[in-house]
Amino acid sequence: MTKTITIDGKTIPFEEGQTIMEAAAAAGVYIPHLCHHPEYAPHGSCKLCSVTVNGRSCTACTFPALEGQEILNDTKELNDSRRRITQMLFVEGNHLCPGCEKSGNCQLQAVGYYLNMLDNHFLHFFQPRELDASHPDVLVDRNRCIFCTLCVRASHRDGKDVFAISGRGINKRLIFNSESGLLKDTDLDVNDQAAHICPTGAILIKRTGFTVPIGERLFDDKTIAETSLDYERGDHDG
Amino acid sequence: MTDKVKVATVSLAGCFGCHMSLLDIDERIVQLAGRVEFIRSPLTDIKRCTDCDIGLIEGGVCNSENVHTLREFRKHCRILVAVGACAINGGLPNYRNYVPLEECLGESYLDGIGVENPHIPNDPELPLLLDKVYPVHEVVKIDYFLPGCPPAADVFWKFLTDSLEGRDPSLPYELIHYD
Ligand code: SF4
Ligand code: SF4
Ligand code: FES
Repeated sequence: MTKTITIDGKTIPFEEGQTIMEAAAAAGVYIPHLCHHPEYAPHGSCKLCSVTVNGRSCTACTFPALEGQEILNDTKELNDSRRRITQMLFVEGNHLCPGCEKSGNCQLQAVGYYLNMLDNHFLHFFQPRELDASHPDVLVDRNRCIFCTLCVRASHRDGKDVFAISGRGINKRLIFNSESGLLKDTDLDVNDQAAHICPTGAILIKRTGFTVPIGERLFDDKTIAETSLDYERGDHDG
Repeated sequence: MTDKVKVATVSLAGCFGCHMSLLDIDERIVQLAGRVEFIRSPLTDIKRCTDCDIGLIEGGVCNSENVHTLREFRKHCRILVAVGACAINGGLPNYRNYVPLEECLGESYLDGIGVENPHIPNDPELPLLLDKVYPVHEVVKIDYFLPGCPPAADVFWKFLTDSLEGRDPSLPYELIHYD
């Protein structure tokens, strides 16, 4: 007999060893997420995928699916807290979308759209963060980093360990593995998966920014719920 | 006296792009004019804000005069709306938030290329610059936000028609953009 869970009352089959996120994705149920990527081990840091499992709050990307779980996902309460979390990410970084190449193809923005986020609610940190444009093909703007560690995980898989997160709290920052600390002195190649995985505009491929005009980009007419799996499997550089 | 809904608009640290976008509702403005009276607004020549129903604020808060105008709007407007990226998060003027004010002034008035007679303007008539450009919700309570740079004409239209017809204003997915 297939094992099942229910998400918002809908019965969903799962295989032993799958997380709730994986079972949901396989059944076409979207659970908002930012630090999760189907190809990489879960990190559980953004908390956006928080769902209620048998009355308790859990992150769907890390929590195993178990027989008989009753899960709440698309509820007003959960989406309200997800909106607050997303607003926190916006005020902690410096997200000036009108000047960002990734706008329209950005997962953070798309989650904001999906959650009907109209403003940033909190006080802005306005913390200055350094940009590194030293690499010939790749630009890193730390102002837009949300510390999802996807580049860290991808670069580890690329066998290069170019990226790491250093420090804590407000002093946490994305660093590069080179003596000078500059991106140009790392092993990063423009074809590395790590250069393409960033869900925001923090890692950009140079000279590709406006190949698709603003207004015709992925999330300009499709919601992230409709495209999340394609987005994560495809090359989404903006 | 009139029973028209009173609307006021103002541009703080903004570029008037949001106002232009409002005008992009094109001929629908005639329909709007039947139901709405514009009081203080760049579209009129009224300098002070009196009591009104809806206040639309474009632009962030970059100087002492902006603070004053914004507070005056809050006092007089039943519903205060932050319009566009600059009002919501400082927008492009916010790029100066990462440079100390002294350096900003120095670059503009003392050391910049082509500056003649270098001095920092200090006429008492000039409003004092704030250390940073602030979003409007960090200064006064805001009731509704219209994101975008600028928000599309349809965003204004949807918000205004919802409000005029007594519905809770809401934006459908395709009208929510941060760029
Ligand atoms: S990364 Fe996304 S949210 Fe941040 S500025 Fe760019 S488009 Fe906006
Ligand atoms: S640079 Fe991008 S991928 Fe890397 S941690 Fe920051 S947001 Fe995540
Ligand atoms: S996606 Fe689960 S915590 Fe980030």
